[in-house]
Amino acid sequence: MTTTAFARDQWYVAAYSQEVGDALLARTVLGEPLVLYRTGAGGVVALADRCVHRRFPLSLSHRDGDRIVCGYHGFTYDPGGTCVAVPGQTRIPRTARVPSFPIAEQDSLVWVWIGDPGRADPAAIPRAPWLDAPGWTTVRGMEPLAARYGLLVDNLLDLSHETYLHGGYIGTPEVAQTPITTEVDEDAGVVHVQRRMKDVECPPFYAKSTGIAGRIDRWQDIEYHPPCLYLLHSRIAPTDVEPGPDGDDSGACHAEIAYAITPETETTTLDFWMVARDFALDDENVSQYLAESNRAVVLQDVVALNALERVIAAEPDGYQELSINIDTGGLAARRLLAKLIGR
Amino acid sequence: MSATRYRIAWTPGSDSLVGTCHCGAEHTADDPVRMWQWLLAHPDHPGDRHELGIVRDDTGAYR
Repeated sequence: MTTTAFARDQWYVAAYSQEVGDALLARTVLGEPLVLYRTGAGGVVALADRCVHRRFPLSLSHRDGDRIVCGYHGFTYDPGGTCVAVPGQTRIPRTARVPSFPIAEQDSLVWVWIGDPGRADPAAIPRAPWLDAPGWTTVRGMEPLAARYGLLVDNLLDLSHETYLHGGYIGTPEVAQTPITTEVDEDAGVVHVQRRMKDVECPPFYAKSTGIAGRIDRWQDIEYHPPCLYLLHSRIAPTDVEPGPDGDDSGACHAEIAYAITPETETTTLDFWMVARDFALDDENVSQYLAESNRAVVLQDVVALNALERVIAAEPDGYQELSINIDTGGLAARRLLAKLIGR
Repeated sequence: MSATRYRIAWTPGSDSLVGTCHCGAEHTADDPVRMWQWLLAHPDHPGDRHELGIVRDDTGAYR
């Protein structure tokens, strides 16, 4: 079973803050074509990307101050989506408006609410403060997936695949060999998967970026906030360097890996990936290495998940998967997603 | 453990999963699908809770 339906009445990452500026940015989220831009006052606007007149994409149009002027016949919309001018006549039809979508900008991410606007509560958006905080340096990117978002959820909740798909970057034999602990906080709607590796090989991704030579203790603590935000708290330290009794963990390196899993259509996904670190903060070579390496890892996932999507599209109904211990967290994530969809 | 938390620990060196419900009931299995079914059956966990000596208290929670 894989998840194909959408969970509406939820917040989704539509873009990085740095992507939204004066230009008109087209993004599709849960099958809703959106146009995004930033007003003169600095706020982000998201409108339906379709002129009410003859459906022309507003993202292919141009701006007049904070307004969008349709590039086909000049219908002009304010940031709330109300049409304020039409060509050749003074009367503006009462129905001349495009839907606007609630937006919240937080931790360098632009979140859009897809669903009933009256239920949009920005306080419900999960946090990832290190993406935009002093003491951290972040590299990021976005890769489109020709695969349903549920496949990316499965992928990220079971990191044993690192051993087989991402050898040479982040995969080592111990990842697949180390037992996991899974917890589900039912009220918060969060899945936690913890893998603590002791005295293991350091993969190139961390050896080259942290400079740690030799064996390491490696922690992978996953926190998945369905439907969109996935956080991997990664701790890398020379073997036997433990956090102090006061919680001081300055002897270790920390990488906060985040993914925003945004369904674009039923069978395509926006895969936003971010790597924040608390080491080598100003080292441009490390930034470049981590950006290139993580993108390479994501592209390996893209190839694998796109292939899986083609397999699923061609298979007969009722195919039965097999799940083993490593799937404990993925099964929990699927259940919480199903709960959100059924709400 | 929080009042709403389910936990499944994979016992190192084995294929066994140990599930702990927020009511305190525990179960051992070697299949995650069956383990989740058992946990999510709360408060009516099937099978071995009596063998484990787990009983309901006055609030209905297993102790």
